[in-house]
Amino acid sequence: MIAVELLKLVRRLRTWMSIATICALPLVVAVFIAVTHLEPPPGQGSAFLSAVLNEGQLYPAAALALVLPVFLPVAVAVIAGDSIAGEASAGTLRYLLARPVGRTRLLIAKLASITAFTALAVIAVTVTSYATGVLILGPSRAAAVGVAPGGISSSIGPGAGGAPTAGLQAGAAITSLSGAPLTFLELIERVLGAMAFISVSMLGVAAIALFLSTIMDSALGAALGALAALVASEVLVTLNAASAVQPYLPTRYWLAWIDFFRQPIFWRDIQRGFAIQAVYVVVFLAAAWANFATKDVTT
Amino acid sequence: MITTQDLTKRFGRVEAVREVSLDVREGDRYGLLGPNGSGKTTLVRMLLGLVYATSGSISVLGQPIPSRAGRVLPEIGAIIEQPAAYPHLSGRANLRLLDAAGPRSARRTRRRRVDEALEQVGLAGIDKRPVRAYSLGMRQRLGLAAALVRRPRLLILDEPTNGLDPRGIRDMRDLLLGLNADGVTIFLSSHLLPEVSALCTRVGVLDSGRLVLQDQLADLQQPTGRVVVACDEPERAVGLLDGLVERRDGASLTVRSDDPAALNARLVAAGVPVRALAQQRRGLEEIVLAVTGAGADQFGLPGVAEEASARSSGPEPATLEPTAPEPTAPEAGTEEAR
Repeated sequence: MIAVELLKLVRRLRTWMSIATICALPLVVAVFIAVTHLEPPPGQGSAFLSAVLNEGQLYPAAALALVLPVFLPVAVAVIAGDSIAGEASAGTLRYLLARPVGRTRLLIAKLASITAFTALAVIAVTVTSYATGVLILGPSRAAAVGVAPGGISSSIGPGAGGAPTAGLQAGAAITSLSGAPLTFLELIERVLGAMAFISVSMLGVAAIALFLSTIMDSALGAALGALAALVASEVLVTLNAASAVQPYLPTRYWLAWIDFFRQPIFWRDIQRGFAIQAVYVVVFLAAAWANFATKDVTT
Repeated sequence: MITTQDLTKRFGRVEAVREVSLDVREGDRYGLLGPNGSGKTTLVRMLLGLVYATSGSISVLGQPIPSRAGRVLPEIGAIIEQPAAYPHLSGRANLRLLDAAGPRSARRTRRRRVDEALEQVGLAGIDKRPVRAYSLGMRQRLGLAAALVRRPRLLILDEPTNGLDPRGIRDMRDLLLGLNADGVTIFLSSHLLPEVSALCTRVGVLDSGRLVLQDQLADLQQPTGRVVVACDEPERAVGLLDGLVERRDGASLTVRSDDPAALNARLVAAGVPVRALAQQRRGLEEIVLAVTGAGADQFGLPGVAEEASARSSGPEPATLEPTAPEPTAPEAGTEEAR
């Protein structure tokens, strides 16, 4: 069944359109930077964006930071929200179940397909932006390297806790990066680590959207519901009054992947990020299963 | 093949299906009739394990549903309300994808089975056009092909002729008759009486969720004790059959008589040229209307739904077709139609 779902995923134009859109954003940004030579001033723009002027090979990290807050979660929420509700409203769900495809099996296959899409999108962004970085920005564009505590990292990344902000730390890591403490192999390792972390972060969103997709027949509703949950989470992450719940919010550790680019890697938030996403995936998948397995399929 | 015991389904406070005990036997062509909203679709969905019963039990091909649905469903082909397909894929790709989903589908024979099914439903020549571009009738044929890909022992078809033109309806009927002759049991639900009447050997009638009738069609269509005669000199015939003629419609007479042969002999002996003569049987329409109330899509008719169970066998065509002043004529001469 997983093979069937993967086949449906790759045969769908929407899959490739959304991945192309996600990849296009970093490309557009790179073109603007290359043309104007204007680096974002410190405190503005995405994490790593200033650094890439110095080191084009670092552009995948900047590109991931660009697509992480909106593009990637929107695409994942749309695909996951559509997974059951889309089949239900198209009428194909009843035919799949009458084949029969077990309901649990269908959910697992859907999750596998969403995971594949997320990984595909992250890989595509990394590969295209690496090419973009090397070809358009070049390896040694500007001399000055601005520290880049990005707008995003300051808004949704670091909490109000005592830990130094991720942005500043990232900046420090980049400075050390440009000072050449990381070999090319190390850079690849760390980019892979960041890709894995971001993919897993998206699975939390996917699980929420998948759950909503089983309780409503509207794919749009499920996707928007999951996005609403994310927006709420981002609002609460910046709200001091909500500090009690912040460690449990799905977006709390989203930017912890930046810690992969520190020397040495700062593991604490990365581990917490993996853990919290695992909890969200397990809880919402269990809820999705409990609902879907006993549901009357009347569409 | 299909038996249910006191099957009941409640959605909230609405009882969609009430204590239905179906009995579909191997080799049957079973027609489930009933007005819109009488519970046909809910019943069909329960048979396929899509909707869970509130109480009662279901057995299909000798196995309990839904607990053993995984074993039974591979041997069943189904159309559930409208057919559905992935609109961006071609019909052939849809069938292959659907066949690949779920257990017990030999990959080796897939291509051949898909092509066979398409040929059976008259879509052998379809090209790579996506289903999006199909007409309603083509989609319906594709839906039937999807039901046939696994070469099922039992077909469960919910409103299979929706959207088909007259030729499509006849093609489907011929196909189903052929499959049935090869041993496939057919269970179809419909609100189209002519379709069921032309195809089925056994009927069940649902009304407000209850199975109000279930019998062999031939047993239901007993002679009414009347014979319809068409002759050249109706005036003379009326005079001859003094008092026996109930109705005269041009050259066609409805005569009270249990013995058509004797009636014929009598007319011929008197020199009346008889053109046609047929024993009148109860039409399916009459049978169904006698036991059902108004459909759930009708409102404002006093007490129709409530009376459903208490109603006697008297037909009430006036409540169902308020615009038709004449009571619908019983289907005369069903033998002729066949």
